[in-house]
Amino acid sequence: MPMKEIVCKLLVIGAGPGGYICAIRAGQLGVDTVIVEAVKAGGTCLNIGCIPSKALIHAAEEFEKVSHMAGNGGPLGITVEAPKLDLAKTVAWKDGIVGRLNSGVLGLLRKAKVKIVHGKATFRDGKTVEVETETGTQVIRAETVVIATGSEPVELPFLPFGGPVISSTEALSLKTVPKKLVVVGGGYIGLELGTAFAKMGSEVTVVEAMQQILPQYDAELVRPVAKRLGELGIRVLTGAKAKGLSEEGLALLIETAEGEEQRLPADKILVTVGRKPRTEGWGLDELDLDRSGKFVRIDDRCRTSMRGIHAIGDITGEPMLAHRAMAQGEMVAEIVAGKKRTWDKRCIPAVCFTDPEIVTAGLSPDEARAQGYEIRVGQFPFNANGRAMTMLSEDGFVRIVARADSNLVLGVQAVGAGVSELSSAFALAIEMGARLEDIAATIHAHPTRSEGFQEAALKALGHALHI
Amino acid sequence: MGEFIIKMPDVGEGVAEAELVEWHCKVGDPVREDMVLAAVMTDKATVEIPSPVTGTVLWLGAEIGDTVAVKAPLVRIQVAGEGGEAAAVPMAETVTIETIEQPVEKVASPPPVEIKKSVQVAPVARAATQTPAERPLASPAVRLRAQEGGIDLRQVTGTGPAGRITHDDLDQFLARGAQPSILPVGLARKTTVEEIKVTGLRRRISEKMVLATSRIPHITYVEEIDVTDLEDLRATMNASRKPDQAKLTILPFLMRALVKTVGEQPGVNATFDDDAGIISRHGAVHIGIATQTPAGLTVPVVRHAEARGIWDCATEVVRLAEAARTGTALREELSGSTITITSLGAMGGIATTPIINHPEVAIVGVNKIMTRPVWDGSQFIPRKMMNLSSSFDHRVVDGWDAATFVQRIKALLETPALIFIES
Repeated sequence: MPMKEIVCKLLVIGAGPGGYICAIRAGQLGVDTVIVEAVKAGGTCLNIGCIPSKALIHAAEEFEKVSHMAGNGGPLGITVEAPKLDLAKTVAWKDGIVGRLNSGVLGLLRKAKVKIVHGKATFRDGKTVEVETETGTQVIRAETVVIATGSEPVELPFLPFGGPVISSTEALSLKTVPKKLVVVGGGYIGLELGTAFAKMGSEVTVVEAMQQILPQYDAELVRPVAKRLGELGIRVLTGAKAKGLSEEGLALLIETAEGEEQRLPADKILVTVGRKPRTEGWGLDELDLDRSGKFVRIDDRCRTSMRGIHAIGDITGEPMLAHRAMAQGEMVAEIVAGKKRTWDKRCIPAVCFTDPEIVTAGLSPDEARAQGYEIRVGQFPFNANGRAMTMLSEDGFVRIVARADSNLVLGVQAVGAGVSELSSAFALAIEMGARLEDIAATIHAHPTRSEGFQEAALKALGHALHI
Repeated sequence: MGEFIIKMPDVGEGVAEAELVEWHCKVGDPVREDMVLAAVMTDKATVEIPSPVTGTVLWLGAEIGDTVAVKAPLVRIQVAGEGGEAAAVPMAETVTIETIEQPVEKVASPPPVEIKKSVQVAPVARAATQTPAERPLASPAVRLRAQEGGIDLRQVTGTGPAGRITHDDLDQFLARGAQPSILPVGLARKTTVEEIKVTGLRRRISEKMVLATSRIPHITYVEEIDVTDLEDLRATMNASRKPDQAKLTILPFLMRALVKTVGEQPGVNATFDDDAGIISRHGAVHIGIATQTPAGLTVPVVRHAEARGIWDCATEVVRLAEAARTGTALREELSGSTITITSLGAMGGIATTPIINHPEVAIVGVNKIMTRPVWDGSQFIPRKMMNLSSSFDHRVVDGWDAATFVQRIKALLETPALIFIES
């Protein structure tokens, strides 16, 4: 017997960070909302992305600290016995966090009176979606549809996922630490996970086709990360191309920058060469929405080329970041509720949870110059910061980029332990239209790493106090 | 890569230029074949300009409000393969989607001439989307307030550091010049001046009004008409109308009366080309019906009223008024009238001084029907009375003829049976 059709004002496809925020906000505003999710609430971010990876990175970091102390005692005067790691237990702990957040998201959706439908959605037409649920096909008709289907890891044709070749998803649920791990792709995902496994005891090799790891950042920002990779014994091969699996024994064949064939023995091969928008399998071709490259094309209200259909999140392009999707989702919900909104954000901060962490907000010096700005740049190293010294991690710096004529802050970058938490200050400064003087004249609490932000502004103004 | 130039198409006979009223694309936008790029307006109608090619917009040749000559370059598009140029083929002269499928001759593969290297694609696209310098500087809270208040922050002067727009600047902008402190609560001096660019239909109206009043010496003649019998007849006819017939207003009766009257006085159903010194008396009676639309005054035309019965006239007026209001009227439905009716009846008012729809020579305006006491020789009796305000081009219509014309209409409307009697 066919199920009764659901008719609603707003249908959100995909309950990742973009989709669930959109549905919650719409629900809060009294919009009759349905959300469809094929896997689990929270999407990539919560289930197989940001959250679980940070859990694993934290556990690895703690383990490495203790291992370090056990090795030579270290300067802190602490001695411990050699620690042991039970990865299965770590993963179970991580799964517990994910589970808590899953039910948290579902609870928030219910509290906002959003109807949740579990199953895979396929477009029948621009207003109608069919969902394959456990109990049969559910047809949903909506005035407005929001596509928030997200993205998935890119697969290399000559290294298909399966067996020893894994994506970030499998890497987050390994039961044992691989003895030898080869990471293909030296972007932020590969380095975050590669570093974590190195800290847990894996022998890690990173293969990157470009001349630099983390190619989206400038060399200065990457340098402390590269240095730390070396300290952790991670082998980095830049300009090297993965070729495929070796015939005998488990190994990855590569061609080095010098053109030599090399064989890298591995227990696991982690492929992290990027993510692609999930545009297949849900009837996008039926809709014939305009594309922008691989992505769905949107305007400044996240509208697609078809009336009544919005798209948010990774499916709409770079940067593929959860917080961008969330802001888009919130905006679209408000538009659907009849409010006037357009995308007018000044910056989308980005954090790379390597060791040390990298934060960027707004324009880098090169980007600012490329856009024709005359700029002044101020940089403050953490080795002149008291708090950094007390935490045994003095690598890195804060860098601020401002217009030379008005001192308007165009961008802020930082690399260093724990700098991810400074991202809010950087983004706030840019959104508020702060000038160097505003930051320089704000009292920053002592002793914290945030003083580096104030000092960088002072440096740009020509009167840094601590260097 | 080549470059394709789209030129302003020939949008109608005798039209040498058109005003750009809307861009549907901007520099850097990808466009597909047949996608609408722009809308232009002549004094007759709005015409949409589709793209004959697929590519990326490199350059726009005009700003909204600019008048562009026919054959002047309008858009440059970067295309794969060889470039070329073509006058765009205008879409059907309406603004609705439904009529896009009119048989329009497609520009067959453009002639491979004028191949130019595109030189500045990337910087243009980048500048259009990326440069924050062009974006007004304001905190998120100020931006949100502006969005909700419908304020374009580019028009607000920022007094904060680096030209940042503050909440105070927004307040100032909203109540520019208000000085509530020195005036009683609730009363405030306002010195704001809102400048509105006169474009599109409003500019057409403005130009036509100036033309009519500067060229035509108007004589306006107001007469009172007893429409009691006409109203009775109208009520009776409406009561027995068929479902497919539009409800009769006073207009169809007046239209039929006009047809009858101009048969006797052809000098009133005429157009006057004063440059050539020629009056054209028209056999056809194409009656313009002045219609208020959201965009402003337009005059859709009931063609060949002389060949239409009263019900037909009624149906056509309703159809045209709707088309004019929704902007779907075709070009030929908005031009070619030989005499015009204007009506402000619903609004009240005793009399109007209608302005002639140039180059016509007469316009008839109906005013509100009021029940008024009329002296019948022995007592006052209530009668339904309506004033008719008519203007004539005094260069070609003498006062005597104007009065004769109006008196004849009066006779027909007061004894409506006459309208229907064969001459």
